[in-house]
Amino acid sequence: MEEVQIMTGNQAAATAAKLCRVQVVAAYPITPQTPIMETVSQWIESGQLPAEYVRVESEYSAMTVCVSASSVGARAFTATSSHGLLYMNEQLHWAAGSRLPVVMCCVNRAVGAPWSIFNDQQDSVAQRDTGWLQIYCRNNQEIMDSVIQAFRIAEEVYVPVMVCYDGFILSHTTMPVTVPSQEAVDGFLPPYRPHTILDPANPKNINPVIFPARKLNKDGVLCNAYMEFRHLLYKATIEAKQTITRANEEFAAKFGRDHGGLLWSYKTERADYLLVSMGSLTSELSAAVDTLRDQGIAAGLVGVRAFRPFPDAELREALREAKGIIVFEKDVSYGYEGALCSDLKAALYGTGKEAPVINFVAGLGGRDVRARELVEAVSESIPLFESKTSFPATRWLNCHTG
Amino acid sequence: MAENIFKVNETEYLLKGNRSCIGCGLALAYRYILKALRENTIVTLPACCLTVVHGLYPNTAVNLPCLNCTFPTTAASASGIAAGLAALNRTDITVLAMAGDGGTFDIGIQALTGAAERGTDFIYVCYDNEAYMNTGTQRSSATPLGALTTTTPVIAKTQGKKDMLKIMEAHDIPYLATASPSYPLDLYDKFVKAKRIKGTRYLQLNIPCPPGWFFPPKDMVKVGRLAVETGMFVLYEIEDGKFRLTGRSKTIAEKGRRLPVIHYIEQQGRFKKMSADQLALIQSAVDDNWNGYVKRSQG
Repeated sequence: MEEVQIMTGNQAAATAAKLCRVQVVAAYPITPQTPIMETVSQWIESGQLPAEYVRVESEYSAMTVCVSASSVGARAFTATSSHGLLYMNEQLHWAAGSRLPVVMCCVNRAVGAPWSIFNDQQDSVAQRDTGWLQIYCRNNQEIMDSVIQAFRIAEEVYVPVMVCYDGFILSHTTMPVTVPSQEAVDGFLPPYRPHTILDPANPKNINPVIFPARKLNKDGVLCNAYMEFRHLLYKATIEAKQTITRANEEFAAKFGRDHGGLLWSYKTERADYLLVSMGSLTSELSAAVDTLRDQGIAAGLVGVRAFRPFPDAELREALREAKGIIVFEKDVSYGYEGALCSDLKAALYGTGKEAPVINFVAGLGGRDVRARELVEAVSESIPLFESKTSFPATRWLNCHTG
Repeated sequence: MAENIFKVNETEYLLKGNRSCIGCGLALAYRYILKALRENTIVTLPACCLTVVHGLYPNTAVNLPCLNCTFPTTAASASGIAAGLAALNRTDITVLAMAGDGGTFDIGIQALTGAAERGTDFIYVCYDNEAYMNTGTQRSSATPLGALTTTTPVIAKTQGKKDMLKIMEAHDIPYLATASPSYPLDLYDKFVKAKRIKGTRYLQLNIPCPPGWFFPPKDMVKVGRLAVETGMFVLYEIEDGKFRLTGRSKTIAEKGRRLPVIHYIEQQGRFKKMSADQLALIQSAVDDNWNGYVKRSQG
C-alpha cells in the first residue's frame, strides 16, 4: 500500500534503495550522507532488507565493492558526499567504463579547503566527465522517485547513475513523502540482468589491458579497441536522454508523479526572462518568480534535472522565446564561469539564438540564498538585457570580497 | 595434498603463450596456485605483472574468470565479489586476489587491512618481487636494504624491507603462509589447504625476477632456492595461530645447514653496490629472524 510519511531526504533515499531490493550496499561515513547508511544497516541487521552490507574502510573501497558486486550480478548501491565523492573519482571512471549500473546518492556538500560540511554542488559537478549520468532533485519526494527511476535507467543503458540532492537543505529536512508500495516498485523495476557476469562457468578476462588499434581474437574476429568501447559508453549516455524521458513518463503513468524527465519548467508561458538552475535552489527561484510576476515582470524558471546527459535540445526549446537568460548555480569552474552556464551557452551556440546569458554563482559552502536576493539579482540584470551592453563576468551572489 | 609431483592436479589453467618474461617466478607460482584452487575460482587483480601474464584484449592466457581492478583496490575488489556472491547465494566459489608488493605493501595496504579486519572470505596473494617490476623496477617498501632500483639508482636502498607478514599476522586471520615457486609442492599444498579454510587467508610469495634482480633467467629456480637456503626467505604457515616451519625451511631447522646470505646476494646484480657493513647488517637481521622462527616452531 502506498502511504504518506514525514521523512528527511536521506530517509527517502534509503527507503527507495530498500524498495529497489538492493543486494549489496557499501558505504563509508561522511556528513551529510551518513544517515542513509545508518538506516540501511539497521534494516539489513534486523533482517528487513536481505542484502550484504560491506562496512568498507574508505569511499574508494565503497565504489570498488559496488563495481565488483555488480560484476558478479548483484544490484549495488552506495551514497557519499563531497570529499568522499572526490576520493572515489578513479572508481567513478572505472564503474562507467565497465558499464555497470551502480546507483549512488550524492548528498551535495562543499569541497575543502577550507573545511565545510555545508551545501553546494561543486562535488558532483566536478565529476561531470566521469561517464556517470547525474540527476538533481528538488525535494524529498523527487529523491525517493529518482532513486527508483535511477536503477531502471542505469540497468537499461548500463551506465551508472548519480542521484544528487542538496546536503542539509534536503538531506536533513523533513517533508511529506508518498512511499510507493513494494508491489508497484517491483512492477516498475525488473530484476537486474547484467550484460556480462563474472562466473567460472564462462571465464572472461574483464577490463584487461587494451591497445589503441583493434585486434583479432583467437577466432579471427576483429574486436573493439579502447576508442570503440569509449564511443559505446558515449553513445549510451546520449541515448540515456530517451531512457530518462521514458522512465519518467512510465513512472508518472504508474505512480501519478511527473518530475519532468530531463528538465521541467515553471511559469514559462510568455516569459521574457528565464531563470535556469538545478537542485533545491529551484525552490527559492520558484518563490522569486512568483514575486517577479507579482511585480509585473514576465519571469519563468527552467529546472535542469539531468545534468548528464545534458538536455541541449530541450533547453533550446525551453529558452526559445527568452529575451534574457539568468543561470544560478552552486558550483564554479575556476578560471571561467559556472559549469551549467557554459553547457547551456554551448547548447544555444549556432542556433541563431542571441538571447544574452548572465551567470550567478550562489550559495557556495552553504551560504543562504533567499528568494528576495534572487529577485534583486534578476531585477538588476534586466536593464543589462534591455541596454544590450556587454555582459558582466560571472557574478557571485551575496559575496563580500568587494 | 601432493607428497609428490604426480599427485598434482594435471589440468592447466595458465595456458601456453602467456606474456610473462623469460624465467618469470610469478608464472611458475601462478601455474601451481591455479592448479591447487581449480575451476570454481574468480580472480581479481590490479595493474601489475600478472595483468600482463593474463594477456591483452581480446585474448587471455588464463582459463578462469578475472576482474581487473585499479591499483589500490585489490582486496576491496575481492570484498565486492565475495559480497555479490553471498547476496546471490553462490557459496561454492573461491575468490582469489593477487597483487604484487607495490599493490600490497604500499598502495593496496588500506584495502587489504580493511578486508582482513572484516574477515572477508577470500585468498589474498602478495607475489613479492621486491620492487615495482611492471613499471620498470622502481623502489617499493618491499625492496630490501642495499638493492639498486631505477629510483634508488646510485646509492641503492638505504632502508630495510617492511615486515608485511608481521602486519598481516596482527590481523589474527585463520591462515597465513609463505611460499616460493622454487618449491612448487610446498606452494601447492598451502593453496590446497587455504582453499578449504573460510575467512581471510594471506599468502606471501618470494618471486625472483630476472630482469629486475639482474640474474640470468635460467637461474630463477636457483635464486629462489638460495633465498630459502640462506634464510632470507623462510617457508612457514600459521594456521589458527599455530606456527609451523614447512618444506625446505623445516629441513634446514632440523639439520642446521643454513647458508650465509652472501650466497644469495652474490647471484644478483641489484646488490652489486652493497657494502660490507650492509651485508653484515643483513646477515645479523636474518640470523635473528631465523632464530625467532625456529624458537616459535618449537612452540
